[in-house]
Amino acid sequence: MSDKINMVQAINWAMDDAMAEDKKVLVLGEDVADHTGGGVVGITKGLSDKYGRERVVATPISETAFTGAAIGAAMMGFKPIVEIMLMNFMTVCSDMIVNHAAKLRFMSGGQTSVPMVIRTMTGPGMGSGGQHSDFMEVWYAHTAGLKVVIPSTPDDAYGLMRSAIDDPDPVIFVENMPVLWNPGDAPVRGSRIPIGKAKVIREGKDVSIIGYGRVIQNANAYAAKLAEQGIDAEVIDLRSVQPWDVETVLASVEKTGAAIVVHEAVKKFGPGAEIASTIHEHLHGRLRAPVVRIGAKYAAVPFSNVLETASVPSMDEIEAAVRSLVGVPA
Amino acid sequence: MDIYSKMSLLFHNDDRARQVIRTGRLNMPYYSFRGQEAIPSVVCSQLRDSDTISTIYRGTHDMLAKGCPVDKLWAEMAGRVDGTCKGKGGPMHITHPESGMMVTTGIVGSSMPIACGLAWANKLNGTDDVTVAFFGDAAGNIGAFHESLNLAAVWKLPVIFVCSNNRYGEHTKFEETCAVDSVATRAAAYGIPGHKVNGNDVVELYNVTQEAIDRARAGEGPSLIEANTFRFFGHVFGDDDAYMPAGEKEAAAAGDPWPNYRKFLTDGGYASAADLEAIDEAHKATIEAAVAFALASPWPDVQEMYRDVYAEELVP
Repeated sequence: MSDKINMVQAINWAMDDAMAEDKKVLVLGEDVADHTGGGVVGITKGLSDKYGRERVVATPISETAFTGAAIGAAMMGFKPIVEIMLMNFMTVCSDMIVNHAAKLRFMSGGQTSVPMVIRTMTGPGMGSGGQHSDFMEVWYAHTAGLKVVIPSTPDDAYGLMRSAIDDPDPVIFVENMPVLWNPGDAPVRGSRIPIGKAKVIREGKDVSIIGYGRVIQNANAYAAKLAEQGIDAEVIDLRSVQPWDVETVLASVEKTGAAIVVHEAVKKFGPGAEIASTIHEHLHGRLRAPVVRIGAKYAAVPFSNVLETASVPSMDEIEAAVRSLVGVPA
Repeated sequence: MDIYSKMSLLFHNDDRARQVIRTGRLNMPYYSFRGQEAIPSVVCSQLRDSDTISTIYRGTHDMLAKGCPVDKLWAEMAGRVDGTCKGKGGPMHITHPESGMMVTTGIVGSSMPIACGLAWANKLNGTDDVTVAFFGDAAGNIGAFHESLNLAAVWKLPVIFVCSNNRYGEHTKFEETCAVDSVATRAAAYGIPGHKVNGNDVVELYNVTQEAIDRARAGEGPSLIEANTFRFFGHVFGDDDAYMPAGEKEAAAAGDPWPNYRKFLTDGGYASAADLEAIDEAHKATIEAAVAFALASPWPDVQEMYRDVYAEELVP
């Protein structure tokens, strides 16, 4: 485990290993084939050369048609991995995702199913502005029938992608763009991380910091600094937004008596509201203070670097929340 | 005779559905296909069990023509446990994979992208099975139509796009909403054959359908068929037709495919009136039995709501 790789490689390995094991696994999306660059940031590089252009298909920029095609192929027993280049582009084909992929198992009374993976990138921090950076996981977590995962490290990305491909239902796999090239521990090839299982990345007793994606890794680094000041924070990377690991979260907050939920999605109506409410419903009498929610500001993701930085959760916000909950003076 | 039999089943099923809804024993939105019977009857008479179809909310005729069991269809329309989808899909979402009836969508245009995937699977599996996407004229104006035709053409998919042009999108006339006078002409934009036919004329429809299916089976790619027809009971059950010019429906009645095909068969000496009546009576009996089966079938248990959301049952 001493080798370091990044998430781009890890996700590539996961698709490569799954394609080698199962001929039913397909990859499709804009530019995904090697002669078109192997994906816009190269995540599918090498796959079409290895498995052929029948199984790895560069599509027209027609999200509705190719997502629909993936649904149809999945209903017939294939396991398509669809790349919808950026999460905002999922709005273009939301009918296929929300009305069809999510609901066909239910509406057919279990006769058909859609075992497909939608890979999509997003994340503020790249100066991409309001239509290339949104975290919209709550839109899909809110739709019964879909699963949503957002890994924050290369080994989690590998294991979650393998589980997503194995999964009998549609899984939305969100790739957090600004951390795609961060090095991390290399995964054990063939390993799986169960969807819906959180990871306690730092144990502590004073406060629980719960989140996922880039921001939870930042919070973890910050927790190390807090420890030097005698504050012992527990940090939980949910990894999956739907289903989310209620059990691990409640066990942690029961122990610490205080919780901060942080994500890069907009705070208002965000995933943090669901998580915080669940904590309140179960642990109301044991909390020292209400759960603090931290998320992106209620605005489109701005372009200007100053504004973009201000729009997303900052370490200052997390620090203020921790201090308010733990009661340590600044 | 297979075509007649399908048309007869469809005609009588629609007739009975409207009667039963009127009595209050079925509580469902019903989009009558009366007048469009020839299209799925001809198309599906040329399909195998292993060929697949996708259709839309006005699609009961497509399902029956493809072989969906009448009793399970009625039980689904009634929302009962013995329905094709255990009562969870309803008339707008009938699914019956055993007969190749893979998906029914309530969203205009959405039968087509999924049909591309069903057809892609045929191709990847190396079979010569084909897929038919049924839809209406209004779907010709939605993005999914254009994206699907293009994708199917680029990928040379074994899919046949069958547009039933019944002259209205909901309550608005085709001419008011479409910039060209025929949906079929749009095939040219995607380099595929586009056929405009009288969708009430069995023989004309048969020849064109055969050509399109043969082309798809041979791996030569998709075709678009625009079958012109008319719906006699408006957009949805209870529709008052106020938006239709006076006399339009009466004029269209001359083209009503079921009586016309019946006359064609008897006048041409292909079948006797007695033979056809025997077919009609057999279907009526099947439908009566299906109605009784459906209305006697139990309602679903409330727990059923939590099943089939995912493969693994949710804990409520």
